[in-house]
Amino acid sequence: MAFVIRHSIFVIVFIMTEPLIYELSAAGRVGVLMPNPDVSATELPKGLVRETLDLPEVSQLDVMRHFTHLSNMNFSIDANFYPLGSCTMKYNPRLNEETARFAGFAFSHPLQHESTVQGNLALMYQLQEWLKEIGGFAAVTLQPAAGAHGEFTGVLMMRAYHLDRGDTARKKVLIPNSAHGTNPATTSMAGLDVVELSSDDRGNVDLEALRKACGPDVVGIMITNPNTLGLFEEHIEEVTKLVHDCGGLVYGDGANMNAMVGVARPGDLGFDVMHYNLHKTFSTPHGGGGPGSGPVGVSDKLKDFLPAPLVDIVDEGDDDEPPLYGFVTPKKSIGRMKSFNGQFGMHVRAYTYIRVHGGSGLRENSEMAVLNANYLLAKLRGAYHLAYDRVCKHEFVLEGHWSDAPEVHALDISKRLLDFGIHPPTNYFPLIVKEALMIEPTETESKEMLDRFADVMLTIAKEAHESPEVLKTAPHNTPVARMDEVRAAKELVLCCRPTPEWAE
Amino acid sequence: MSYVPHTDSDREAMLKTIGVKSVAELFSDVPAKHRFPELDLPEPLSEPETWRELHDLAEANADASHYISFLGAGAYLHFSPPLIGQLLLRGEFLTAYTPYQPEASQGTLQVIYEYQSMICALTGMDVANASHYDGATSLAEALIMAFNHFKQKRTKVIVSPAVHPHYRAVARTYTQGMGINIVGDDHLDRSLKDLLPLLDSNTSLFVAQYPDFFGNIEDLKAIAHKVHEAGALFCVVTNPISLGMLTPPGAFGADIVIGEGQPLGIPLSYGGPYLGFFATKKEYVRKMAGRLVGETVDANGKKGYVLTLATREQHIRREKATSNICTNQGLMAACATIYLATLGKNGLRRVAEVCYQRAHYAADQIDQIKGYSVNRSQTFFHEFVVKCPRSVEEINAKLFDDYGIIGGYDLGKEYPHLKDHILICVTEMNSREDIEELVNALEEINK
Repeated sequence: MAFVIRHSIFVIVFIMTEPLIYELSAAGRVGVLMPNPDVSATELPKGLVRETLDLPEVSQLDVMRHFTHLSNMNFSIDANFYPLGSCTMKYNPRLNEETARFAGFAFSHPLQHESTVQGNLALMYQLQEWLKEIGGFAAVTLQPAAGAHGEFTGVLMMRAYHLDRGDTARKKVLIPNSAHGTNPATTSMAGLDVVELSSDDRGNVDLEALRKACGPDVVGIMITNPNTLGLFEEHIEEVTKLVHDCGGLVYGDGANMNAMVGVARPGDLGFDVMHYNLHKTFSTPHGGGGPGSGPVGVSDKLKDFLPAPLVDIVDEGDDDEPPLYGFVTPKKSIGRMKSFNGQFGMHVRAYTYIRVHGGSGLRENSEMAVLNANYLLAKLRGAYHLAYDRVCKHEFVLEGHWSDAPEVHALDISKRLLDFGIHPPTNYFPLIVKEALMIEPTETESKEMLDRFADVMLTIAKEAHESPEVLKTAPHNTPVARMDEVRAAKELVLCCRPTPEWAE
Repeated sequence: MSYVPHTDSDREAMLKTIGVKSVAELFSDVPAKHRFPELDLPEPLSEPETWRELHDLAEANADASHYISFLGAGAYLHFSPPLIGQLLLRGEFLTAYTPYQPEASQGTLQVIYEYQSMICALTGMDVANASHYDGATSLAEALIMAFNHFKQKRTKVIVSPAVHPHYRAVARTYTQGMGINIVGDDHLDRSLKDLLPLLDSNTSLFVAQYPDFFGNIEDLKAIAHKVHEAGALFCVVTNPISLGMLTPPGAFGADIVIGEGQPLGIPLSYGGPYLGFFATKKEYVRKMAGRLVGETVDANGKKGYVLTLATREQHIRREKATSNICTNQGLMAACATIYLATLGKNGLRRVAEVCYQRAHYAADQIDQIKGYSVNRSQTFFHEFVVKCPRSVEEINAKLFDDYGIIGGYDLGKEYPHLKDHILICVTEMNSREDIEELVNALEEINK
């Protein structure tokens, strides 16, 4: 059954329900013809052959329709405006998808001899160099698989740096209360302790609190700049200096780098280590929740601690011979963070993206991302509360509540946006803003799109006061209405197959 | 201007609405001396020129679409039916975010739910999460889960040396600040039986690989029994294609089953992005890291899916979370799901058996060549160890230069006692003729 949303600013036809693939199964159907062994038969290993294999039996067309139908039950950047704060849902250029699928990349094996994969290694080396230049760092590893994985890499390096100097008393990592949840979780994984820092009334790290927290037991600080309020830390150089003065290191969460490329280099501002999110700033697709890619850049101090291996030029070459690329292991490496060579397919996409834009195009992207966010902010200011009213960077945070419409929450506004074919902003984050709605339009959205979004947001603000019920019952036109999440957690139905007999 | 739609008049109108004179004014909070640095990056390049440059880089590689390859060792060349790649290019999958808004993400959520169900079916377990970054990081998360299951009181983990060297390395990197002690692989020639005496009341986890790094398989029931007698958890690292025919680790009594999902239709792509699958018993589900999708109903009673048990995760628990993971390998999990649906019950069994049969054929043939030998007392799946008459480096170089063959993995690199031993992998992508070419080449190389 399909349903057309009439009031949407996008015309969307949803598939409203689709059975499970197992429900389409009929004994004997196959989806693809696979070869016969074509060699003399060897007996199967005794006692090690399974009796049943509980997978569906469907035709290839069944598979095609089933997953096409499922895709039609999603919002996506390709079909919808997606102003999801801190996620940088910009257009994912299809050139990147094509280059990543070139046979030379897609069919090369990670353990091939280095001499047979010089194209891959040259690409990785060049990407490391470009990211170094963009961030102002001495070295970059491409190994981490995601932002959180990059954070973990960075914090392990900070820990290793202090231990290497015999400085074993450092246990504390300072984290502003506006930080992403990954920052404290990462700190715990590295066996370190979190000290939370408050924010001042302009949304900056509270310098007084920072000064008090700095001491000989501090590993360093983890800081996002622009922070999760979308605001540039006005005292960033003082922050990095205070931390350095007590012997600590500065970790930058690069989640918000889309505001900063060509604008300021974190390395120049005093950051010692930062992860990049290739799936945000450098347009690799989010894929419904991954794969991401989280390369990490470091200053000279931390260079020797990078995870192994890195790509380097192992033989300079000359006029006749190109340079030879290979893997090297940093002297005091924290070890390997991932099997093989990182999310290589994402490296190809990011390389393609950087190549198309060049330095000037990347800077223009950051500028337009910031222009778009400030433009939306200007249009919505007045209709929504704003906890910190300053020029924002690539995103800003509104409060989704009004004292004269007490029953309406940020969640209701978010769900109502779905009725208009718009993906909601990030809800309830950062934690320091009441009923937060974090909006990041990105640079690839046009003025027309922003105007339409602003109109919808103003309509919803009006509805919140005049007919709140419309918001409370939203969304109205999606494949499902609001879900019973309590029931999901209580009943825990996580698998549609019968429990195997040995597990009962 | 590449993908930016702003015209000059747009910019002007927007600046006016904001109330500033220039875009630069929006950056006045950035310290002046560091503002707008001159970046030493190339000039913009048009799409066709960029396409050409990337194509040249790709063509500078040797790859398994142009060469015959017998290289496995944790990343495997299998046929990925083209509908998979084409479905994954659908923007509704490709360009969606994490399904935090279930009303707008039923497609992604149902795919993950089906993925979890199929991973359970394959491994013989009753819950699976939405995936980790790769097999190696899945193993690291297994160590952390077991450590926390025992409230961080049992600090020893026993890992078989026949677990993939990268996995063991990553497990060590992950746990360096946690006080976990990894033992067992200090002697690289130990069998699983040799490891049993290390079990004690301080052991949280025992890790075996099946098929192991050398391709070998053995019945793990007795091992599981001993591990459980010591009160520890048993983790099995496995290859999902092999489970098309082999007894699932769940049937041996495994508590955690993890592995690399790449063989399930995911391109080799020089090592990533891949897919770490992770399955366990329901009683441990609250200790498991990673996203989980569960079935529920909406406000009208209609069935649907949501992310669930978020109370385990970093965005809720912050420093009390046991893992910082927040993504999964969403699109790669979708790839594996579509692969398993397309092959189905019979197709996966067929692929597993073709791998097994052709690998055994290759082993028999190679064992008969002068100077080479295969230990035929071992039971293996689709990889086997060959003792060579000269260095693997020399053999591989000759295979590549003279025969256009990408040879096997040089085991001496990670296992010094296996100097001059090569690990050969055979899948359904290697025809009988490919195998005969390899056998012929190996023979000629040793003449």
